[in-house]
Amino acid sequence: MSILIDKNTKVLCQGFTGSQGTLHSEHAIAYGTQLVGGVTPGKGGTRHLDLPVFNTMQEAVTQTGASVSVIYVPAPFCKDSILEAASAGIELIVCITEGIPTLDMLQVKESLDNRNIRLVGPNCPGVITPGECKIGIMPGEIHLPGKVGVVSRSGTLTYEAVKQTTDKGYGQSTCVGIGGDPIPGSHFIDILELFENDPLTEAIVMVGEIGGTAEEEAAAFIKSSVSKPVVSYIAGVTAPAGKRMGHAGAIISGGTGTAVEKFAALEAAGVSTVKSLAQIGDALSEITGWD
Amino acid sequence: MNIHEYQAKQLFAEFGLPVSTGYAVKSADEAVAATEKIGGTRWVIKVQVHAGGRGKAGGVKLVDSAEDIRAFASNWLGKRMVTVQTDSEGQPVNTLYVESCTDIANELYLGAVIDRASRRVVFMASTEGGVEIEKVAEETPDKILRAVIDPALGAQPYQGRELAFKLGLQGVQIRQFTELFLNLSRLFHDLDCALVEVNPLVITGEGNVHCLDAKLSIDGNAMYRQPALLNMADPSQEDSREAEAAEFNLNYVALDGTIGCMVNGAGLAMGTMDLVKLEGGFPANFLDVGGGATREAVAEAFKIILSDANVKAVLVNIFGGIVSCAVIAEGIIAAVQDANVEVPVIVRFEGNNAEKGREILRANKLNIIAATSLKDAAVKAVAAAGDAA
Repeated sequence: MSILIDKNTKVLCQGFTGSQGTLHSEHAIAYGTQLVGGVTPGKGGTRHLDLPVFNTMQEAVTQTGASVSVIYVPAPFCKDSILEAASAGIELIVCITEGIPTLDMLQVKESLDNRNIRLVGPNCPGVITPGECKIGIMPGEIHLPGKVGVVSRSGTLTYEAVKQTTDKGYGQSTCVGIGGDPIPGSHFIDILELFENDPLTEAIVMVGEIGGTAEEEAAAFIKSSVSKPVVSYIAGVTAPAGKRMGHAGAIISGGTGTAVEKFAALEAAGVSTVKSLAQIGDALSEITGWD
Repeated sequence: MNIHEYQAKQLFAEFGLPVSTGYAVKSADEAVAATEKIGGTRWVIKVQVHAGGRGKAGGVKLVDSAEDIRAFASNWLGKRMVTVQTDSEGQPVNTLYVESCTDIANELYLGAVIDRASRRVVFMASTEGGVEIEKVAEETPDKILRAVIDPALGAQPYQGRELAFKLGLQGVQIRQFTELFLNLSRLFHDLDCALVEVNPLVITGEGNVHCLDAKLSIDGNAMYRQPALLNMADPSQEDSREAEAAEFNLNYVALDGTIGCMVNGAGLAMGTMDLVKLEGGFPANFLDVGGGATREAVAEAFKIILSDANVKAVLVNIFGGIVSCAVIAEGIIAAVQDANVEVPVIVRFEGNNAEKGREILRANKLNIIAATSLKDAAVKAVAAAGDAA
């Protein structure tokens, strides 16, 4: 077991023939992901990376039976691509692209919520179930099939957490990058709930950062609904207020969204927090008693 | 992206919102000429900088003579204004705004933001206008009225009426406010705003609803479809190093420490800064070279980091995903040689080709220290910065 994706998941790529779509599809195929084709309007009927290319998602889903799509199209076209995937019957949409206008995301999120369709991202590294299925831009080789669920707002910070759990030999059940935008498709809570219900996930690493209140909401959810041990790190203790720290969502505004508040909320919820990102693996050992 | 008050008021006028007649000026002569065009005997003259708190800093004045206007202009133009919202250097004053004087009977607040928790555009209104709304929200939250906008439907007239009645408006003001609310919502969506504030929104002596101030902040992600707004950018109001970094797709934020940081990924860049602090040092900057860092990006990043004279050591932290650490290592060596870097450079590589990257660094005789781990890198950087001080 794992969450969201496994070795049987059939995946379509939107923006398949573009440079990003091509590069990361090659890596996904090499990893063993069941990529079954892609969509590039106007290139339907051709083949790319030895897989079929379709003009529309409707056609692609009908022909391949895929339930998941990954999006690499440029930001101005992402709203359209996400809504197209949703209308074609895709159950999980993973949007890697960074830079989607926030007002586009408000409409997309509302539309998807009304239809119970899950979106991960945008502005994220993707989702991986180690040894089974890799969807996104993360380096596959640092992962190890195992028992820790990882959820994070940041790409390279996810890799740090993954590497530490791999070095310890614990491995990961599934790793989910929910992305650094102010309006993400999936929040911490959505993913924490899946990890809690997944028999293979024995502990959870949650990596947050400054901006918004998603970590505070996660803290309340962990207290009420998560029985598994959780280790959490929040980036941005040294970040100044009012400055956007790379990610569109990483900004302390109006005095809220500070790392200090988030650490406090998580600690009050019984979460094991670490102030150094180098300590994630050690904190897991301590809280679980694992060797 | 932020714009000036006078630009926001031009946009307000285009969307049918009631603003005063005014002119942006760049000299005392232009300011005096503006008062003649406006007419009347009293005017308001305001410093135009990308920061709030101008009134308390002496940047807003009621004037009734050409002498007053000239004195204000020569006092501010070409100077820098420090307010509670700026750093100690302040913002350069290049433009003033002259507008007709409004007789104020009552001050209100109206603003809109994207509320992340509810995933909606939320309007906030209050009878407590002209003051810091964060303070009102904290001390007397019941004085903040809200209207939540449905992303599919947009703002509705009844929402405007509800706010108007709760604000205690009367008669023709109800209709005026409702129209203003709908137009402001249209502006918010059409211009891809992240924030709009009218503080204060006033009731004039004649009893009309009027926008006395205007603040707009635009979603940076939407600039590709807002070409007119892109022309309103004022680079003089931005940190020059941050602007230069942005040209190379680097995210840079200046801080006041001594350890320059170059990291791939925004989260890891923040995490690295935090680790430096935890080990007893002070980060000089946030810098994300991007997930797909290239040799060129690394070279440019070095230049920007080292343009800060406080930097005593540079910590490079790369977690190679798609990007190879070997490529970054070559970029670092080239940059250190080209830029004649004299401060110690501490490098931590992990992931793709990390060992090869470390070998490349070791083979060189430059002042580059290869760290064995994340913590080791931070400890060595703090020690190096301390030794150099």
